[in-house]
Parts: sequence; structure tokens; C-alpha cells
Amino acid sequence: MTTNEWLPLAVLASSLMPGLMIFALPESRVGLRTLLNLAGALAKLALVVILIAGVAAGERYGVRFAVLPGVDLAFKVDALGLLFMTLSTILWLLTTLYAIGYLEGAPHRRRFFGFFSLCVTATMGISMAANLFTFFIFYELLTLSTFPLVVHRGTGKAMRGGTIYLAYTLAGGTALLTGIVWLNHLLGHTEFADAGILAGLGSEHAGSLKIIFVLLIAGVGVKAALFPLHGWLPQAMVAPAPVSALLHAVAVVKAGAFGIVRIVDEIYGPEFAQSLGLLQPLAVLAAITIVWGSCRALFQDDLKKRLAFSTVSQVSYITLGVAIFGPLGTIGGLVHLVHQGIMKITLFFCAGNYAETLGIHKVSEMNGVGRRMPLTTLAFSIGALGMMGVPLTAGAISKIWLSDGARAAGMEWAVWVLWTSSLLNAAYFLPILWRAWTRPAPLAWPEEHIPARSWRETALLLLLPPLFTAAATVAAGLFPDAAATPLAWARLIAESEYQMRIAP
Amino acid sequence: MTAVLIGLIVLPLAWATLAFLLGPGRGAVPAIVALAVQLGLAATLAHGVSVDGALVHPVGGWGAPLGIELAADGLSAAMLLLNQAIALPLAIYARAYFAADDPAGRHFWPLAGFLVAGLNALFLAADLFNLYVTLELVGLAAVGLVAAGGGTQQVAAALRYLFATLLGSGAYLLAVALVYGAYGTVSIATLLPLVTAEAPRLILIAGALAGIGLALKTALFPFHFWLPPAHGSAPAPVSALLSALVVKASFYLILRLWLGPFAPLAAAADWLPATLGAAAIFWGSWQAIRAVKLKRLIAYSTVAQLGYLFLIFPLLAQTGALQAGVMQVFAHGLAKAGMFAAAGVIIKATGQDTVAGLAGVVERLPVTLFAFGLAGMTLMGLPPSSGFLAKWLLIEAALAQGAWIIAIVALAGGLLAAIYIFRVLRQAFLLAPEGGDVAPVPRTLEWTAFALSATSVLLGLRGVELMRLVGSGG
Repeated sequence: MTTNEWLPLAVLASSLMPGLMIFALPESRVGLRTLLNLAGALAKLALVVILIAGVAAGERYGVRFAVLPGVDLAFKVDALGLLFMTLSTILWLLTTLYAIGYLEGAPHRRRFFGFFSLCVTATMGISMAANLFTFFIFYELLTLSTFPLVVHRGTGKAMRGGTIYLAYTLAGGTALLTGIVWLNHLLGHTEFADAGILAGLGSEHAGSLKIIFVLLIAGVGVKAALFPLHGWLPQAMVAPAPVSALLHAVAVVKAGAFGIVRIVDEIYGPEFAQSLGLLQPLAVLAAITIVWGSCRALFQDDLKKRLAFSTVSQVSYITLGVAIFGPLGTIGGLVHLVHQGIMKITLFFCAGNYAETLGIHKVSEMNGVGRRMPLTTLAFSIGALGMMGVPLTAGAISKIWLSDGARAAGMEWAVWVLWTSSLLNAAYFLPILWRAWTRPAPLAWPEEHIPARSWRETALLLLLPPLFTAAATVAAGLFPDAAATPLAWARLIAESEYQMRIAP
Repeated sequence: MTAVLIGLIVLPLAWATLAFLLGPGRGAVPAIVALAVQLGLAATLAHGVSVDGALVHPVGGWGAPLGIELAADGLSAAMLLLNQAIALPLAIYARAYFAADDPAGRHFWPLAGFLVAGLNALFLAADLFNLYVTLELVGLAAVGLVAAGGGTQQVAAALRYLFATLLGSGAYLLAVALVYGAYGTVSIATLLPLVTAEAPRLILIAGALAGIGLALKTALFPFHFWLPPAHGSAPAPVSALLSALVVKASFYLILRLWLGPFAPLAAAADWLPATLGAAAIFWGSWQAIRAVKLKRLIAYSTVAQLGYLFLIFPLLAQTGALQAGVMQVFAHGLAKAGMFAAAGVIIKATGQDTVAGLAGVVERLPVTLFAFGLAGMTLMGLPPSSGFLAKWLLIEAALAQGAWIIAIVALAGGLLAAIYIFRVLRQAFLLAPEGGDVAPVPRTLEWTAFALSATSVLLGLRGVELMRLVGSGG
């Protein structure tokens, strides 16, 4: 086996191995467990850096194993996969640090970190899958390995959340599987390729291909929380904060959104999907989700639930971008995949900090929290402003590209949807900021767990990750045209999907 | 290669006899050693068949039609491999499960030996009458194993089982007699060119009798009535052997006859087994979803999972349908053995056999629950498990034939399985009740259950060799 075949497997192993070893360790070995976690996360980061350098230099990475005659378990590392992989890897490292601080002294940490590592492994598999068969394997593994994390607390409420989560995701998985087998039956394979693989199939299959598209999108749409399949996401917020942060803001919903990108761009191909008339309905569905999620978020007093509905809305920006025919929209969608990730994880980290430090779970309890926890609230504010698309944040960049794409495709209405969403975002985020910064603090916080020490308003491991991601949000907004930004990478991907050069 | 065939039959007979001579509760170690050798033999045979194709051995140099022949093609080699691969870990499990003076384990080893010998001989038999003899041996040993528990419930279940199994093999024997009367031979190979679509009506009756008798023994819906009490009340290692292996033997025989001598007649009835299989999936799953007791739940899951095996019959013309069936036999065999083994650990530790009593098991028996979960993955047909490959192959064959309904049934069955599997896992993840301590269990038990379940999942990452084996020399 050559190095180029080994590297994708090493990426998987760098979280799978620590995960399995953590399961084997006794609960009390805190130090060794932490070491394994961090070593795995850092090793993965190093591998990803090597892969980015290699892919940028035109190197090809991939490996395949026959599972059944004619069906391969196949991995490849391409620009699109790397986008998702890099995002997950960096955020995994941060979330691991955060989780170590968050769960300090809590029971069942072995189980938590074990399954957490398995989840990341599944995410890596999704990003490197070279065909739908492999994608499906890791997509379902992600479902299975998140279930123990959602029900981690073992309460009746957690069980209800977990059951709803399973009902949605397993049903979605069934739809996805049906679509994949059907596609495999028609085509004989399901390999991803730039600009799609279906265009060569005769026009007599157009009807089947439309139904398959619905099945596939329904399958991945569950995880992407596409309306009306989003019902599980707010319920899954019963999970501990790091799970909500990484999995329900990043890995799980992004796995769905990433699946939509792969299916539209690399199975159907944008041109062919457009000729079948599939992109317009998808764009409308994404638009409905964007507005609906924001409207629901307005009325949530529970902070994590408000963030969850905001996620429902924001993830559909990615879908909208993919469904807008033309490279500009694709760039907007892809760049938002990363931008939404860093902004939303900031917000979830902060929500976890409020809950863990002061016992604040509701928006109505946040009066004056800005003075008690200025740094956390600063990070929260940056994340919230980014979500609204305020200039000089990452969110603004996404919105500009999406709007340009919509105009170029003659979809003026989508621009209006984006504006409406921004207004709604402001309507549910600004009151929080107003409360936090200007209203007087109550005499006592609901449940103060961690006392403030000089500038450290909470535990250091809880504070640093959101500050880092908030800084990244600003950086992505300030320097969008620098060399190694998500935007530059998204442009590279869109160029290969549409097989054309795109002027900056 | 001849020695391999003989060894696979003689070795288990030898350790069964030895265990019988050593006395009650003894003979575990020779059995385990011999089973390890048998596993090696089965692997050698599988490799040989895969490379050189099917082989036939006339015992004592007397070939058919006078003497007895042993035959091994891809299908039988695969079944033999599975048989030893499940029996070996279960033997290790049983040794740790039955305490020295446990009355339930007194007669386990001789009976298990005869069971394994009977199964191996069945998979190698090349004529209808020998198949009957081995079928009877398997059935009687299995009834003995259920009854050996000694409780009233177990004896009642065993009697019901005995009734079903005797009725089943009786019907089959009658069919064999009719075939012999019509053609004067019972050798499958000789019969192949003789039976045609214009066969006399008696042969049609023989086919129906054999089908019904064997369906009864396979517990195909609506003949499943005997299975839940027998598999639900036996000691865990016995339940595992029965659910994983014994019901598969009569299924194998149905498949043999269907593809072999009765093929010209069977084509007309190919939707009947599939319809009953679909009914089994829905009925078994529904009963499993409602079951109060853990082992009852697993037993009803067997009823449902056996249904998948019968979905392949209308599709047998497609490439991959037979493979789907064999993959499902492997998936269910390994997973169900692992699941019953895990349930045995849970029941031993918590002292109760109810789903409600599982709260907190995740903290106390994490390895066992993991084993249960992995086996559950296979039963639900979730990737990357052998159950998933079976489902994939089945759906693909169904689509190739345009038989949408079969694909839908298979997919719906997976979702139903998820309901009853997660019913158990959910309960196990609940916080433990105060003071509900668990008895210590030997680690061997936990890890053998884990090994079986993990194998059922890992097979899902590499099914090519098995598919090639089944495709060779059929």
C-alpha cells in the first residue's frame, strides 16, 4: 500500500483508535483518557494539513476495498471533502478541550468520549466517501454513535429526545438506502464525480431519476433539518452542551448538508439536475426552511432551543446555495458550510458556559450577564452578529455570495428570502444582546457553579474555545480574499463542479 | 479433502460420546478443542470448494445409487463454516455458563455434540433419505437440549417442540417415500434429470408435504407457534444454538430441494414462501415489540428474521438472490447467537428476564450491552454489518426483478427491528435504580457474546469471499 492509500485510513484511525482505547480504559483513568483524546485530535489535524498541502499540489489520495462483487468501500480525498474534514477536525479539537472542561467530575466520561470519537470517525468517513455506498455506511454510523450521546444523561426527557432523533434519522436512512440501491441498479455504480454521473443515462429514466432524487434528498434532508424533517433537532438539545455544539451544530447537520452537495453536484451534476427541473423545488424548500426556522426561533425562551431553530434556518442557506444554479451560489453555500459551523459552535459554547457557570438556560434569565461574563458574552455577540450577516463577519461573506448567485440565476426572490431571514435573525438575537449588555443583573444567578476569579469569568477550558471561534468569525469576515480561507477553497471546488474558471 | 468431510462428522460424534462417558456436566474441554479443529476443517473445505469447485465422496467406495455419498458444494461449505464458527464460541460460553452442579447443564455436552454432528452430516448429505436421518438427529438432540433445563415450563415447551419437529420430519419422510415410489431413487443427483414439470400428481403432493414439514421445522409463519416458548425458555447457550443454527438446517434443506430436484415444480409456487415470509416479518416484529420478557423478544425476533430468508424465493432467477439468502443466514446466525449470549449474561447478572428490568445495565455491563447493540445493528440491517449486506443484495435482486413489494417489505422490516432493538437499548441507558446490585458474571461470558456480535458486524466489511464461495460449484 502506498502512502496515498494509507493517509485516508490514517485519518479514520486517528479518531477510531483513541475511541476504542477509551472504551477499554477504566472510568478513573482521566489523565490517560485526556491524553488519548488530544493526541488523536492533534494527529488528525496534522494529517489534514498534509492532505490539504497534497491536494492543493494536485496529489490524489484514495483507497478502495471490495465489499460485495461490484460494490466497493471507497475513500478519496478531494477539495470538497477536505472542506468538511478540515472544519470537523479543527472544531473537534476545540470541542474536545471544551468537553474536558465541561464534564469535569461528571459520571460516564468514558462512554461519552468513546462515542464522541466514534462520531468524529463517522464524520471523517462521510467527508472521504468516494461513492454513495460508503457515504451511507458512515451516515448511518453517525446516527448510531450519536444516540448514546443524546441520551447521555439517562433521564426520561433525554430518552424522549433520543427516541425522536432515532425515529427521524432511521426513517431518513431507509429512504436514502432505497434511493442508493435504485441508483446502483440503474447505473451499476454510485461513484461521486465532478459534474455528476447521471447525464449519460437515457431520457427514459428521467421519471425514476426524479423519484430517486426525492428519496436521496429526503434521506440526507433529515440530518440537514430540511423542513418538514427538522423536528428532531430541537428535541436533541437535551444532550450535554459539547454534543449540541459539535454534533448538532456541525457534524450531524453538516453531514446532511454535505450529502446534499455531493448528491446535487457530484451524482446528478448541477446542469443535469437543472435540466430535470429539480433545483427550483429544492431552492423553494430551502427558502421555506430558512424562514420557518427563524420564525420558530423567535418564540423560544430556552436558549439552546432558540439556537437549534436558528440552526434549522441557517443550514438551509447551504442547501439554497447548492440549489441556486450557477457557480456563485455554490460558492456561497460551500463557504457557509464552514462559516455557519464556526459561528454556531461559538454560540453553543457560550450557551454551555452560561448554563455551566451560572445555571442560565433561558433567554429570560440572561439579564445583565454581559457584566458577569463579558468575554463569553462578547463571543456570543460576535456569533449572533455573524448569523445576522453584519458586515465584517463571516456571515456577511456568505450572504454576499448567495445573493450574487441568486441574482445571477435570475432568482430575485431568493435575495428577498435572505433579507427576511436577516431581519428575523436580528429580531431573535438582538433582544438577547440587549438583555445581556444593558439590563441590570439579578441579585442572584439561578445556580452559580463556577465563581469568577479576576478576569477569568469561568473555567479556562470553557472560555478559550468560544473566544477562538469568535476570533475566526471576525477573521473570515475581515480577510475573505486571503490565500487559505474557506472562500478561496470553495471557489476551487465550484470551479471543478461547473468545470469553468470563476473570476474573483 | 475426503478426510475433511469424514472428520466434520466423526469428530463431533467422538466428543459427544466422550462427554457421555465422562458423566453429567463434563466433557467441555475436549468439545472446545475438537470444535476448534472442526472450524479449521470447515475453513479448509470452504477454501478447497472455492478454488476447485464442488466435491463428492462415496463413503466406503460405494457410490450412489447403492452406497451413501457425501457432497459439498459452495452452499454446504458455507453452512458448515457458519456451523463451526458459531458452535465454537458458544461452547466456550456454555462452559462458563453452566456451573459445575447446574442441573440444566448436566446433559448439555453429549446433546450438543450430537446436534453439531447431525447438522454437519445434514449439510454434507447427498440423498433425500440421509437428509431425513440427519434432520431427525438434529431435531431430537434439540428437543433434548430444551428439556434438559428440567423446569415445568421447559418440559412443556420441549414437548410442544417435540410434537412440531416430529410432525415436520414425518411429513418430510412421507414425501421421501413418495419420491422413492415414483422414481426408485433418493439420490439428489440422480433425481435431478428425472423430475420434470409434467411430473405425476403424487410428486406434487410429495413436494407440498416436504415443504410444509420443513416450514414447520423452520418455524415459518404461521408454523412458528412452537419457537418462542422453546427458544425463550431454554438456557441461554441452548437458545443461541437453536436460534442461530437449528432452524437454518431445515431452511437449507428447503433451499436444496427448491433449487434441486423440485425446481421444475417449485416455480409455480414461488410467491407462497415470500408471502409467508413477509407475514412472518410483520407478525414476529410486532410480537417482539410487545414482548415483556427479554428472551421472548429475541425469540420473536428470530421468527421475523427467518421471514427474510423466504423473501428470496421469487427472486432466485436473479444473480445475488441466493447470496442474499446465505448472507442473511450468516448475519442472523452470528447476531442471534451473540444476542442470546448477551441476554444470558444480563439475566444471570440482574436475576430477571424482563425488558423493564434492564435499567442501568449500560453502567454495569457495558461490554454485554455493546454486544447486544452490535447484534442489534446486524438485525436491523444497518451498515456496516452483514445484515446490511444481506438487505442490500436482497433489495438489489428485488429491483432487478421489478418486485418492488419485496424491497419495501425488507426495508419496513428493518425499521420494525429498530423499534424492538432500541426498546431494549433505551431501557438499558436509563439511570440505574437505587440499590439494584448485579451479581458478578464471568468475563468469558461477556467477551464470547461480544466476539459473536462483532463478527456479525465485521463480516459486513468484507463479503466478497463468502459470495464467491456460494457462487462456486452450486
